[in-house]
Amino acid sequence: MPKLSNLSYKNQRILIIFLFSLVPVVLLLTFSYLPVFKMFQYSFTSWNGLSKNMEYIGFDNYKTIFTKPEYFAVFKVSLYYFFATFVQMGLALYFATILSFNVRLKNWFKGILFFPTLLNGVAIGFIFLFFFKPEGTLNTILDLLGLTSLQQKWLLNPQLINVSLAFASVWRYMGMNFIIFLGAISSIGSDIYEASEIDGANRWHQFRHIIIPSIKRILQLNLILAVSGAIGVFEIPYVMTGGSNGSGTFVIQTVDVAFKYSKLGLASAMAVVLLGIVILVTILQRILIKEEK
Amino acid sequence: MKKTKAVTGLATLTLMAGLFSGCSSNNNNATNAAATNAGGNTGTAVEATAAPEGDAAKDIKGDITVITQRTDIVDTVFKDYAAKFNEKYPNVKVNFEALSNYEDQIKIRMSTSDYGDVLLLPTSVAIKDLPDFFEPLGKKSDLEQQYTGLEERTVDGISYGIPITVNFSGVIYNKQVFKDAGVTEVPRTFDQFSAALKSIKEKTDAVPLYTNYAAGWTLTQWEADLATVAGDREYVNIGQVASDDNFVPGQPHYELYKVMYDAAKEGLIEEDPTTTDWESSKADLANGKIGTMILGSWAIGQIKGLAANPDDVGFMPFPTNADKILVPLSDDYNLGVSIHSKNKEAARAWVDWFINESGYPTTEGGGMSPVKGAELPEILKQFEGTDITFDTLAPAKAGEEGWVDAIDKEAEIGLWQPDFKKVIIEAAIGNRKQSYDDIMKELNDKWKAARAKIVTAK
Repeated sequence: MPKLSNLSYKNQRILIIFLFSLVPVVLLLTFSYLPVFKMFQYSFTSWNGLSKNMEYIGFDNYKTIFTKPEYFAVFKVSLYYFFATFVQMGLALYFATILSFNVRLKNWFKGILFFPTLLNGVAIGFIFLFFFKPEGTLNTILDLLGLTSLQQKWLLNPQLINVSLAFASVWRYMGMNFIIFLGAISSIGSDIYEASEIDGANRWHQFRHIIIPSIKRILQLNLILAVSGAIGVFEIPYVMTGGSNGSGTFVIQTVDVAFKYSKLGLASAMAVVLLGIVILVTILQRILIKEEK
Repeated sequence: MKKTKAVTGLATLTLMAGLFSGCSSNNNNATNAAATNAGGNTGTAVEATAAPEGDAAKDIKGDITVITQRTDIVDTVFKDYAAKFNEKYPNVKVNFEALSNYEDQIKIRMSTSDYGDVLLLPTSVAIKDLPDFFEPLGKKSDLEQQYTGLEERTVDGISYGIPITVNFSGVIYNKQVFKDAGVTEVPRTFDQFSAALKSIKEKTDAVPLYTNYAAGWTLTQWEADLATVAGDREYVNIGQVASDDNFVPGQPHYELYKVMYDAAKEGLIEEDPTTTDWESSKADLANGKIGTMILGSWAIGQIKGLAANPDDVGFMPFPTNADKILVPLSDDYNLGVSIHSKNKEAARAWVDWFINESGYPTTEGGGMSPVKGAELPEILKQFEGTDITFDTLAPAKAGEEGWVDAIDKEAEIGLWQPDFKKVIIEAAIGNRKQSYDDIMKELNDKWKAARAKIVTAK
């Protein structure tokens, strides 16, 4: 029987590294790369998702996507989420900065701010559906505050629906940005603050000249993630409105094409296009941000 | 971190794709099985699964799994069914599995071989693909002697499913609300219906017509009334396919959804459609807070169950300007046997017993029994001897089967999807700039282009 100790140290290391990485690599291949590979394959077919025979139609699906303007019109909706991103990051940065200083009930506030991230997206959808109902929470609160004139049908009004949904999205994802910023800020040494205090810096100066430059990398990273996230908005509008009343996004449209109209081939092509756009945006941002330096 | 969104979105797609990709490994088996079927279509394979009578019933044994969509009664009513079934077939053990989102979940499971023994035929599976997944139940010409509604799931003369109940579609209304509004006669034409809705609005606190916009699927129930508006049982599968002008003024589709548009435009629907709730709407209709909803007969039982006075819940045909009033009968889900079942005889026995002897079609199903000569449900007896006829839709012409569906999907119109109905309501309440005619024109253009493509392809 071969024993592990018979192998040289180097070989033991190789074996163990191999065995330990086997599981995650297999999982990664099965659940990430194989489906993506299949998605590329499907995008060249007119498959309906269940039929036994798959017909290859070349680039027809891509032609359809790029020649029909209605497939791209929905990206307009992403703009709402794109602008909401800045609100989200601003708030996250604000709270992270405040809570990195000595505040009463610091951990309690941290918990409160991070809590939404732990909730399931579908649950959040339902919570906010109730929140925005005509007789729901938001209007009740406005009523209690004596702001009855501000009451709205938040999801009915086409001017407000995407703002309302983007608000829900900010609520949900802010905690994640917040915790990342907080981590980055905590890594700044306390001696720098002390030194700056001796030099007479106030909180704003500290924020402007110590915190921001120290977490610049993290800011960029969050920005990239947020922007590519805004392009691929899905859960919140899908659960809350199903994409109706002008709140449809590209991903919702992709799901509709796949499962309502049984055009899995076309939907795969749309997913490939989306993937392409996200990659493009990320590369673009990297280049632009680098040049800034 | 917003990335999670993109990831979730893509993950959903890729995961789905991944699940479906499982079927590639299955392809060979299924194709072989299908080939065997095709060979057996005219011969013994068809009769092999027919349920035996009398003493032979005792010889059937085995475990079967029945998959159902009725999560609400799977542990109560279905358990009783199993007990009664065992009186006749003592050696068969019946297990149940209920799926809450039947259509989506079963579709994914059908890419494996593990999808129960007896199950409902998903409507999204193309008819021509049925032989790959389901056991033939018999020749349509034979089964026809006994059942109605077989034509919807028949391929090349062989039936793959029997409807669990036959639905009729129209307007479910609250009689008390109508009485309070001073509407004494059941409205028959579009004008009468619209007048009735207006008096409900003026004279009562009830919502005249509840759309259930937010639930979405409830809006698809309107499409079932197309035949009533057309007044012709041949329109849906034959007339429609032959026409390039499916959505122009004067055509049934135009008239049908005009009712929806006008009601929404005149404020005869709920205050905020975007936040409606299906579950509470049933109770509201039952208790007089809602005047009418456009639904199928399957909903009657559920609504009556919530009513303080079940007699208040009434059914009437959809309004029409046609000469005669036709209430279309259509299949609910069809029940069939999986091609991978290990106990096909037992599975077939359950299918026959369930349809013929369980009483499900009229009691829990809430519609009519597909068994020929079965008694009409209570709510329809009032229409006996009137000029209102109940009839199934004429099947498509030979060689044109499935064209409506094919054109619909190609055009991305979604006759049985909520999308364009939602657009109509949004336009009517002023959320969109389009007029009703704009929407209809757009649909018609899509229909025309897709029809040209499908007709030349076949």
